[in-house]
Order: sequence, then C-alpha cells, then structure tokens
Amino acid sequence: MRTILFILQKEFLQIIRNKLILGMLFLMPVVQLIILGHAADYEIRHINLLILDQDHSTVSGDLVHHFKASKYFDLLPAANKYEEGLEQMQRGEADIILEIPLGLERELNRGESAEVHLTADAINGVKAGLGTKYASRIIYDYNVERGRAAGGQIITPIDLRYSNWYNPKMNYATFMVPGILVLLLTLVGAFLASINIVREKEMGTIEQLNVTPIKKYQFIIGKLFPFLVIGLMELTIGLVIGKLIFHIQYQGSLVIVYSFAVLYLIAVLGLGLLISTLSDTQQQAMFIAWFFLVVFILMGGLFTPIDSMPLWAQKLTLLNPIRYFIEVVRMVLLKGSNWMDVRWHFRSIFIAGLILNGLAVWNYRKTA
Amino acid sequence: MQKTFVRIENLTKRYGEVEALRDISLDIKQGELFGIIGPDGAGKTTLMRILVTLILPDSGEAAINGREVVKDWKYLRKHIGYMPGTFSLYEDLTIEENLHFFATIFGTTKEENYDLIKEIYEHIEPFKDRKAGQLSGGMKQKLALSCALIHRPDFLVLDEPTTGIDAVSRVELWEMLGKLKDEGLTILVSTPYMDEAELCDRVAFLQDGVITEVNAPDTIKKEFDQPLYAMNSKDNYELLMGLRKMDMVRSAFLFGENIHVVTNHSYGEEELQKAVLEEAGIRANIRPIHAGIEDCFMSRMMD
Repeated sequence: MRTILFILQKEFLQIIRNKLILGMLFLMPVVQLIILGHAADYEIRHINLLILDQDHSTVSGDLVHHFKASKYFDLLPAANKYEEGLEQMQRGEADIILEIPLGLERELNRGESAEVHLTADAINGVKAGLGTKYASRIIYDYNVERGRAAGGQIITPIDLRYSNWYNPKMNYATFMVPGILVLLLTLVGAFLASINIVREKEMGTIEQLNVTPIKKYQFIIGKLFPFLVIGLMELTIGLVIGKLIFHIQYQGSLVIVYSFAVLYLIAVLGLGLLISTLSDTQQQAMFIAWFFLVVFILMGGLFTPIDSMPLWAQKLTLLNPIRYFIEVVRMVLLKGSNWMDVRWHFRSIFIAGLILNGLAVWNYRKTA
Repeated sequence: MQKTFVRIENLTKRYGEVEALRDISLDIKQGELFGIIGPDGAGKTTLMRILVTLILPDSGEAAINGREVVKDWKYLRKHIGYMPGTFSLYEDLTIEENLHFFATIFGTTKEENYDLIKEIYEHIEPFKDRKAGQLSGGMKQKLALSCALIHRPDFLVLDEPTTGIDAVSRVELWEMLGKLKDEGLTILVSTPYMDEAELCDRVAFLQDGVITEVNAPDTIKKEFDQPLYAMNSKDNYELLMGLRKMDMVRSAFLFGENIHVVTNHSYGEEELQKAVLEEAGIRANIRPIHAGIEDCFMSRMMD
C-alpha cells in the first residue's frame, strides 16, 4: 500500500511538471466547450439557393419572395439557364436550385396543377436533405396561402404543432455541452493514461522499475489513479463552464453524474491500459487510441442520433462506453432522471469496465 | 578460496534465429569485481538481463547467492542493484527526487544507506535540484549508480557503464567500483573497452554468445605465447596495409602510435626489419613487446 503512495507521489510530480499536459488539461475543456458549444449546431442555415425564374409572373415573384423571407436560405443572383445554375453548383456556390418553369402562373390560374423543380447538391447530405425539406415547406405554405386568398377549398392536412421538452428553446449548447464533457473524459482516460504508461517503456525507465520489488498491480494503480482524479477535475471544470457560460440548468443529481463518471473513467482507463500493452512507443499508442476514439465518438450518439443508425450499428453501439455516458449525462443533467432511470446504464458501464480492464490486465501479464 | 556467489550453468537464450547466448557457464566469486568483455552484439546485455530477472533463459540455470533467478526473482529483486546500459531514470524528476523515489519503493530511505553512496552522491549533491535530463553523461551515471545502490544490494550489475562518457568520468567510475568492491559488494560489469579489463579481478571474454576465456587479466597476459612486436614508421597506415599482406604476419592492429604485430614464428628484430623492407618497401622501427590485455583479446577474436 505504501508503495502505491510513493508511485502516486511520483506520478503527480511528473504530471504537474509537464507543462504541456497541464496546459492541455485546463485549456482543453475551456476551449473545446466554448468553441464547440457555440459552433456545433444541427440547424442548417445559410443554404445558398439559386432561383431560375423562367415564368417572371406575379405568382413566381410571390414564391421567390417567400424564399427571401426565410431565415434558412441565402439567395444567389438569379440565373437564366438551368445549365448556368448547374455550373454554379459544380463550383460549390449553389446548394439548391429552384427552377420555376415558364407557364406556372397560367397553369395555376387555369386551376391545373403546376410543378417547380428542386435540385440539391447532395455532397453534404444533411444540407441537401434539410434544404429540400425547408424548401418544400415554403412551397406548401405558399400553396395554402394562395388557396385561402382565392377563397377556394383547401384540404388542410393535420396541423402539426410541436414543443421541445427538456430543451424548450432548442438550445444546441445545452445539447452539446454534456456530450463534449464526455469526450474530454475519454481523452484523459484513453489517451493520456496510455501515453503515460508507454512513456515509461519508451524512455526505458520501466527497465529500472522492473528490477525493483514493485508489483504489477501497484504499478498499474499508481499509473491510472492520477488520471481518474484528473478526469473528475475535467468534469468539474466542464460543469462549471456549462453553468456559467451556457447557463444550463442542471436538473438531476450531480451525485449520479459523478458516480457514473467514476465507473466510466475506470472503463476508459482500462482501455488506455490495453492500448499501452499493445504499443511500444507513444506514437503507436496515439494511433491506436485515435482508432478507438474516432469509432467511439462517431458511434456515440453525439453527432448522429443512435436511433437513426441502421439496426446493426445500433447493436454495435451497445459496446461503446461513450454512448452510455452521453445518455446518462443528458438524461440526468437535462431531464433530471433518477437512479432508477439510469440503472441499465450503470450496469452496462460496469460490465464494460470489467471486460476492458480484464483484457488489459490479461494482456499486460502476457507481455510484461 | 572465496565461495561462489553467482553460478551460471549452461545458459541459453535465443531471439528467433539469433542465438544470443550459447550454453554459457560461469562462476563469480563473492566480493569479486568481474568483467565481461566483448564486442557489441556479443550477448553481454542478454546475460545481464537474465541475471537481474528481467528476462527468462530458454534453458540452463543461474543462481545468485544460492537463489535461482527464475524461481526466486521476488527475493532477488530486493537484493540486486542494476544499472542498465541506457539511462533509465526519470529525466523530468530532479536528482534528489529520483533517489528518493527509488529509496522509497525499496522500503528504505536515502539517509539509511547514505554511507554506501556518500562518495558517489557527493559529486552530484550540489546539483540535487536539477532535473536528471539536464545532467551531463558522467553525472547521469553517478546518479544511476546511486539509485542502483540505494537499497544496499549484495550484487551490483552494470551494463556498459562507461559507454558514452568522457575519459575523466570513466576513471572516476572505475575508482568508485573499486571502493564498492572494498565494501564487500560483488560486482559484475560489462564493457566493450578492452583496456578496462585490466581493472577487473577476473574477466570473461564473450563473443557471439560464447565465452572463450575466463581468467584474471594478469594470467591472460602471461598465457599469451605468440611472438609480438610493436612497429612504427613515417606512414603507419601504409605499413599496416603492407604488413597484412605478408605471409609471416598472423595479425597486425594499430594501437595508438604503434602497430602490434603477431608473427607465425619468433624472429630477430633485424631479420624482421629486413623482411618488411623487402616485402612492403617500408623502413620500420621494430621492438619485441609483452602482450597487453588488448593483444590477448584481439588474438582471441582472430581465432
């Protein structure tokens, strides 16, 4: 036991002395939260719309006006030919082309149905999808308005009204900040811890340690524990920033969040240890850590909702520790979920921790 | 006769295709300063790493003070001091912090064993708040030695301690080893420098994983039975090339200002001088000499 204390003393001394790591530890949460919290936004605005009005009628003018009034679209100077529009799209200037064919007004006035044509640049799938949706909505609204004005019979579909619970103003920072907190903790656990262990290998200091009576478990605990502490510090910094800068009201119990964070960090530190047993240099450790992190982050439900993944991918996310933490943090902090609501998450992260640490220790015994 | 402290029997270790150690057997006596001399890649480090319980041999046995290195590693790690070939202390910790750390994990304190490291540590104590990474090669070596000694080991193993440090530090280091030996410590030291062999009680010559000779340096020198001459001329390089072409010359190596030449028979100086003038066309100064330790090893390597 005393040996562990001495190792811990040494580890903290080294961490404190490493200006880069120390700086990162405190700058990372501040910069990431503030930048990502403000910039990351799922709402798509500033869609560059090119309108090809070949009708030049009152009706087409009205329709164009509706698009101008929308907050989602930025109108490009009008073009005359469809080919011209496509060229602009090719250059990446236009995201969506709205083509209003000649005779729109005439056909509508005759009571016939008329068509407009939307072309979207689907390189950015989200922008194209949401853009055409917004555009359809504007055209639909215009239709309804025209019908009403004409006093004609409109079959109004079910009027849809919605409200956003738990995040009434659809504040994306509220949504993002908890997710980014999770990424920070993961970075500390998987990245820093594994690099720290591999450093001993790379510098050759492990050689000197191995001829001392230090036991492997003492070494492992001595190496991982500081990062558990640092991880919890990061979490605290992040929560304070969320409160002070983003004015997020934390609904649930912070005890649940911290308890889960401890279990989560143990699991991620297990991953870090596993990575360190697989690599001999810090560079290798970085690459392996990157591989895991990118997969975990993209499949973690922060950027893409897990519910919209294909079924096999949804199943796969059950293995992803990030997923559970993001859910717990959002549920507890934003929704005020209690222990019973997140008991399934606790069980899962506990099992993940057992598996990851088991693998790491097994592999560690084999190699060292 | 002193009792055997380290017993090595038929030790073998291979790395894939390479046989790093082939059937090595060796005894080191208690209180001995024992040297392993050999070129790079001879297997010196492998042998030492087996002795300090860092790696396992493929076959054979080794025991230190009656304790098997494979079975009793736990005991041995508390009683061995090891200084690896590359500096392996924490460069971001200070001299004092390094020493403190290694003392504590051995369950001791710097003060408790200070008498053993005093002479070494005194050299670096004025810089005790300096980080280990900022020390010179010689100072790093002294710190590493202090850390290897802080738990008062019975057996000290040093892997090429003089490689890469300056001449003054080399001399100092050997002086310290001599003093530690006087304290009763058994010391095993490896070196690629043949001249350092003379500073050991006994040396083993290790080449390609095989020990070709174990003896006291003086005995090795006495046993050298080949005719040996020192030669020099205005252009030693030309002379060396010429000598190596001659039939009567077994080997010729440059040692400082002279070329040491082993011939196939004993010759008179004039006889030899004439032959060199005729065959190599060079006028050389020639005198017979007694073999130094380096001559012995060079001739071993030729066999």
